Amino acid sequence: MSLMNSPSVSVDSPTPAAWEELVTAALLGTDRRTPPGCAPGREAPAALLDTAAVETVRRRAGLQPARAARRPRPAPDDPRPALPPAAARRLAMLLADRPGGGGGRRGTAPDLMELLPQWLATVNDRGFAPPPETLPALLDAARGRTDLRPAALAFAGPRAVWLARLNPDWRFALRATPGGGAALPQLDDPAEVQQLWQEGLFAERVALLSAIRAREPAAARDLLATTWATERAEDRLMFLDSLRTGLGPPDEAFLEQALADRSRNVRATAAELLSALPGSALAARMAVRAGACVALDHTRDTPTIIVEAPHECDAGMERDGVVAKAPAGRGERSWWLGQLVEAAPLAAWPGRLGGRTPGEIVTLPVADDWQGELHAAWCRAAVRQRDGAWARALLGSPAAPEAGGPGAVSLAERAKLLGTLGPAERAEWVAGFIATHGLSEAFQLLGVCAVPWSGPLGRAVVDALNIARDAGSYPWSFSGVMGLAERCLDPAEASRLDGLLAVPDETEDASPGAGGYWAEAFQRLVTTLRLRAAMLDELKPPSPSGV
Amino acid sequence: MTQQGVRWTADQVLALAPDAASRKAGSKLGAAGPWSEAGSTDEGTLWGLCKGSGSKPYQTVIDIADAAGPAYKCSCPSRKFPCKHALGLLLLWADGGGAVPSAQPPDWAEQWIKGRRQRGEEDKRTAGASGSSTAPGDPEAARRRAERRAVRVTAGATELEQRLADLLRGGLAGAEQAGYGMWEETAARMVDAQAPGLAARVRELGAIPASGPGWPVRLMEECALLHLLDQGWLRRERLPDALSETVRSRIGLPASADGPPVRDRWLVLAQYDTADVKLTTRRIWLYGAGSGRTALLLSYGAAGRTPELALPVGLALEAEVAAYPGAGQLRAALGEQFAPPAPAAIEPPGVTTAEAIARYGEALRGDPWLDSVPVTLDRVVPTPDGDSWQLADADSDTALPLTPAARARPGLWRMVALSGGRPVKVFGECGHRGFTPLTAWPQGKGGAVQLC
Repeated sequence: MSLMNSPSVSVDSPTPAAWEELVTAALLGTDRRTPPGCAPGREAPAALLDTAAVETVRRRAGLQPARAARRPRPAPDDPRPALPPAAARRLAMLLADRPGGGGGRRGTAPDLMELLPQWLATVNDRGFAPPPETLPALLDAARGRTDLRPAALAFAGPRAVWLARLNPDWRFALRATPGGGAALPQLDDPAEVQQLWQEGLFAERVALLSAIRAREPAAARDLLATTWATERAEDRLMFLDSLRTGLGPPDEAFLEQALADRSRNVRATAAELLSALPGSALAARMAVRAGACVALDHTRDTPTIIVEAPHECDAGMERDGVVAKAPAGRGERSWWLGQLVEAAPLAAWPGRLGGRTPGEIVTLPVADDWQGELHAAWCRAAVRQRDGAWARALLGSPAAPEAGGPGAVSLAERAKLLGTLGPAERAEWVAGFIATHGLSEAFQLLGVCAVPWSGPLGRAVVDALNIARDAGSYPWSFSGVMGLAERCLDPAEASRLDGLLAVPDETEDASPGAGGYWAEAFQRLVTTLRLRAAMLDELKPPSPSGV
Repeated sequence: MTQQGVRWTADQVLALAPDAASRKAGSKLGAAGPWSEAGSTDEGTLWGLCKGSGSKPYQTVIDIADAAGPAYKCSCPSRKFPCKHALGLLLLWADGGGAVPSAQPPDWAEQWIKGRRQRGEEDKRTAGASGSSTAPGDPEAARRRAERRAVRVTAGATELEQRLADLLRGGLAGAEQAGYGMWEETAARMVDAQAPGLAARVRELGAIPASGPGWPVRLMEECALLHLLDQGWLRRERLPDALSETVRSRIGLPASADGPPVRDRWLVLAQYDTADVKLTTRRIWLYGAGSGRTALLLSYGAAGRTPELALPVGLALEAEVAAYPGAGQLRAALGEQFAPPAPAAIEPPGVTTAEAIARYGEALRGDPWLDSVPVTLDRVVPTPDGDSWQLADADSDTALPLTPAARARPGLWRMVALSGGRPVKVFGECGHRGFTPLTAWPQGKGGAVQLC
């Protein structure tokens, strides 16, 4: 008899008839069925139990191993070096700290789960492989938090994909890893590529297209063109979206043709992609249309921009992606104007407005309350075309009074504009902003700054927190910025904070007990920074001497 | 003797946590922030002040040099054991980041440690003075008590025999309708008869009719083994001594670990808890590096409290272990400890799946009621088999299926991940229900990975 999955009963070897008889007798009762080898009557139950006891022990003692099922294919090797032991312990600790539960006041202990993204980014940067036994916890963490997935899966590596094929809970890892679901063919084998492109599932085809686009943009476009006419509208939209990667002038012809697509969403996406190519014919058409609406009036004392919004949205505009129907509450004409200016190449404006630089253009007065509409459209254009000079001009000086308040350019737009600048310039602008306007509006802007924060930016934040404390408010009014500071402040800054850890004497106008809470918040900040410094240190690449 | 180089790992510390909430709370406190005046001595004492919500910080002391695993004291009101502060301090120490430097213990820590060590010495002395048996004062009275208990157990076993006969006469099919109540009532009768082993077996019978397909066979098997145990008790005078001891321990009569103490380097193979409403039972498997013996330590915690004995998996301790009586019994008691648990690169030798199941068969000779035996499988590959899993020999065509319970545990995935489709070494319990993996080792380098 062999040991099967259900206890001791063998399925593949015939059960001895006597045993079967015994079970039947036990099930029906000895009053109804006399067990084999027993006399009927009062003693029959004991006799049955005697026989069954001997048989049970005999069967258990004679168990044989089962036949091996087909063994899984071994996981591919992970060529990365193993995580250093201290970092492996740290990972176990970060993963043990699950979100939820907890609740309540945070006290001075660092929030470990919040540090996981940073830890993953660093470990991926250093190129270490995780200890295999941590993969289930890592996959579970990635399953719960989609924001962690890309980094967690990159770190988890090939064995996690192997593992995910065995557990339906982790199927997301197959979708998320390019080619994880069905291994991608050799990209340089045209026949295999063609076959997958022709016969693959949608997700496989998207993965294939993205993979090829990342390597060879033109090849991906050509592949897409072979089946473009027969694709479904939703699929066309997704495929078109994958052309964002490596977008360039050679894509123009294809996109221009997509402007005539049956689907409105496909047309809009094609128009958006084309307007990001300032040299495209669409951009030129848009420049003409936008230019017709905006002019410089020299007849006034100071040169002033006058705006004449379009009176109609003609078929040509619609074909170029202008949405004719304005959202509720917006005037049609200003809606059209916004779209034209947004899609027009920014480089066309100095020529149109008297050879002025972007900085000069944004300071020009605008007649009839059009300034908000016009500047907002330029902001969107600067972001779309990633134009640093215009972004700089539209951002203005961080210390300007209107930068902190509701100006022509909202905080969200400022944050996006900052994204077009280099990390150092971005940090410097935000530092200047915080120095003038404090922290209450800074959260969104800090979110776009590179981590760890540059020295001046970090100091500006710490100074502002210090000022907020002295002003007597409670620290949880700044919990968002505090949380960011814990994650983003350069750990080297920790020593600067030492003076803030003590509980200050309570002043007259301070909120009761605020000093203690501030001290606690600063302690948590310092503890977290020290922890991050330790984390980074553990992930140092092994020194060549092998120490 | 807690050499700076052999601090525990965070995993080993977290294994001491009584539940998931403590593990989480403990890891939060495993950072320098809330701690002050923390320190440690080379004799294995850790201490620190942990800032809580109150104004006065909690005083936490830990003695990791103790024979019975670490001992804790904390001034916090938590009833968890160890509390989150103790876990946090251990993590901080395991971290090795210099937050728990070598120092002179403060008075409050020193006092507690001294008290503990003193009590330990006294226990040893009294144990030495009264010989190895811990018989209470009057041997005559004890004998009379044992006799009275034996009479009650005999009455209980006889009644149980009657009930089993009635059940078999009417048929097991009726047991399905009768439901749980009938078994609960019988189990209560066995508790009255002071036969807790019988009571536990009866209670388990009650769960079988609801255990899915094939339940009549399982119910008959277990009824038959219960009948065998009754008969063993009723005729114990005619059994060989060792078997008679086994019957006594299966019935649930007290015994003392009076086997000769075996001194060895004992590797902690596995530690896991099972709990019912009244009792948490902790099982700790040890492997003697010198003797090659496997021993089981049991520790109990009443109603929701964590059992006190805790030994982190993967550590080895130099200690004496004394066996309980009975044929095929692996249960033992931890005696004197000569060095605190420390990381060790010992791995138990392994066998094939065929040898493992044969070992179970042989063990049934000494104890026919045995459900499983501890065994280490070498070079096995965790292999999916339909809806279930098995451990397949890397070098032959045989395999052991996992028990249904083991299939549902997260440890399964840790084992599969560790293996990556390649052979691993796995320690676990092998029996008629299948194999329950408890600890695994990768091929090549890499330490023990806990699966339970």
